[in-house]
Amino acid sequence: MTNNESREAIEQVSSKFGITPEDYMLPARTEIHMLDVNGKLHPAGEQGAEPGHEYPLPSPAALMAAYEQLVIGRRVNDQNSALVRQGRMAVYPSSHGQEACQVAAALCLGENDWMFPTYRDSVAVMAKGVAPMEVMTSFRGDWHSGYDPNQYKVSVQATPLTTQLLHAVGVAHAAKLRGEDTVVLAMCGDGATSEGDFHEALNFAAVFNLPVIFFVQNNQYAISVPLSQQSVAPSLAHKAVGYGMAGERVDGNDLVALLSVLGRAVRLARDGNGPLLVEAHTYRMQAHTNADDATRYREDAEVQAWIAKDPLTRMRSYLADAGLLTEESEARITASSEAVAKTLRDGMNSEETPDPAELFAYVFSTPTTQLTEQAHLLADELAREEDTK
Amino acid sequence: MSPTISTSSPANGNVSAETAAQAARSANTGVQSVTFAKALNTALADAMELDSSVLMFGEDVGVLGGVFRITDGLTKRFGSDRCFDTPLAESGIVGMAIGMAMNGMRPVIEMQFDAFAYPAFEQIASHVAKMHNRTKGKMPLPLVIRIPYAGGIGGVEHHCDSSEAYYAHTPGLKVFTPATVKDAYLMLREAIDSPDPVVFMEPKKLYWTKEQVDLGALRLAHETAAVPPTEGKAAIARPGTDATLIAYGPSVSTALAAAEAAALEGRNLEVIDVRSIVPFDDETICASVRKTGRAVVIAEAPGFVSVASEIVARVQERCFHSLAAPVLRVTGFDTPFPAPKLEKYFLPSVDRILDAVDSLQWEEEA
Repeated sequence: MTNNESREAIEQVSSKFGITPEDYMLPARTEIHMLDVNGKLHPAGEQGAEPGHEYPLPSPAALMAAYEQLVIGRRVNDQNSALVRQGRMAVYPSSHGQEACQVAAALCLGENDWMFPTYRDSVAVMAKGVAPMEVMTSFRGDWHSGYDPNQYKVSVQATPLTTQLLHAVGVAHAAKLRGEDTVVLAMCGDGATSEGDFHEALNFAAVFNLPVIFFVQNNQYAISVPLSQQSVAPSLAHKAVGYGMAGERVDGNDLVALLSVLGRAVRLARDGNGPLLVEAHTYRMQAHTNADDATRYREDAEVQAWIAKDPLTRMRSYLADAGLLTEESEARITASSEAVAKTLRDGMNSEETPDPAELFAYVFSTPTTQLTEQAHLLADELAREEDTK
Repeated sequence: MSPTISTSSPANGNVSAETAAQAARSANTGVQSVTFAKALNTALADAMELDSSVLMFGEDVGVLGGVFRITDGLTKRFGSDRCFDTPLAESGIVGMAIGMAMNGMRPVIEMQFDAFAYPAFEQIASHVAKMHNRTKGKMPLPLVIRIPYAGGIGGVEHHCDSSEAYYAHTPGLKVFTPATVKDAYLMLREAIDSPDPVVFMEPKKLYWTKEQVDLGALRLAHETAAVPPTEGKAAIARPGTDATLIAYGPSVSTALAAAEAAALEGRNLEVIDVRSIVPFDDETICASVRKTGRAVVIAEAPGFVSVASEIVARVQERCFHSLAAPVLRVTGFDTPFPAPKLEKYFLPSVDRILDAVDSLQWEEEA
């Protein structure tokens, strides 16, 4: 028994593009980028595209919808960081600076497509439709996760690194066996590509020819350790060819390029061409979390250089120059981002106390005798405390 | 693509009258000499027949039928979409099974040997065990991790570990281990039907043991719920009055042999087969110990911080005033599992069990 399906899929798609399977799997020679740092569209010949790696400009409507999410995403990051500073929220790993990646990850997916996010991908999770306060359940310390993954087709935000990539592979595999049209986008960072499960997930997805997009946000640091100490591969996208899948690099602060690259990857996967690996070059503008001090491991000059590449200002300049963004639309988008920020503030103010009885309720589908005994023990303890008040 | 594969139904296990009748028709296999391995193989086949969302995968489980042949014939019968080989990566196998269970399947996966499951430990401890709790029950994971375990077959290193305590110690995992051919069938069917993840520990020394059983009748009994569940229920493998031997998996047969030997010396020992380590049956075990007043716990795993330790603690906490002697343990030594020529010194033996029984302070009664 030999596995020809995956190999044939690669041969077919590369011959469709008129290139060799190797040229299909290897990333283009440079990263794909469409907007320069001032928000001017690069000439077509300078976008990094090559035969078989062509990226059309998204529609004006798609760009405007994405811009709105970008503004909301930045507002969510800054509001949550403020809530942490005020001591009203336990922890928030901010994706400030990476919002273009966050937004594109959500908007490239269809209604039946799944997303597998990490702890830093709250903005992507909200952009895919999860209610903001359901996302914040874990960060405010109420429970480890606050939304129903089935309802939104968004898995729980993974804390361990890359374990969720294999779950993404399994969701895609189940869908494929039932003949369902489901693409799965699995997210991780640059440091996570060193984990064993990264390797196992990419290999499984390729061997079973599954519609999974592995989306690596290379924000240059795994807490304090720079990418150079994680890998000396030509790029993280080059790892794709080792698994027999296609890889691509994209400017992770360029929302136009991200929408185009991820959109094409989702279409290719949906058409049965197997998994793809997309690496976005971006930067974590803030510390790992509020408990981290980024000045211990990186220079201010480096951070300043990335401020100049901010995804939001580039996109705003482009849309304004193109005549798509008017004063009215800007005001409407600002209002909707303020509404989300207010939801977050109000939600944090309404202090809910988690019910201690729930400790025992969900360990199994039905609590065991032993868990029921322990639930009674705690209930008695709490009742005695109540009596002595 | 197999359009016949469908999402597992919440009604799984509650079979329709039609299905029951169908089972009844195929139930006329009669009483035969059946191996433990054949009972497991039949349980897998029957579950896959009943529910197209039940999948079987792992290393060498496809064309080969598994290194112990537990999946023999399943690929041929159900196709390579339903029973298949994966790349050789245990974390990948468990991780992919999690995703499949998240998306409507009931995967059964095989870890080829006990110690081969360790690369998958993060997936098991961090996700299999916790997904249901993490999502407040919105994301149940109905999957079964089959692990051939323990010694007694002269296996090389990494092939004979008793790893049950790792799983039993992790809240959110059910841990089953059958000791009879009949239980091998019924408990695997129950594990596959369970809405919770089950680590299914198969004592590999029992694979080729035989019993006279009617697998067709067992199938019918299971599918019509005519047999009581084994989950959370210990079995009295041998009734007795003088002391209780508490064992599970590969140690049950050793305990029974010790009870036979003790009977020749005039001691009538009760033998309890724990079967379901999680959930644990305090009731049956404590009822026995309260009756006999004496107990020895037998297990192959090293005794320090073990399932045997937990059983002793539970019995002591609940039966203190019924005890005529301290509860003793006969377990593997606190050494790595030895090379084949030394395993006989490591494993709990009939003599070692009888010595423990002899030291249960009988003289004070005489």
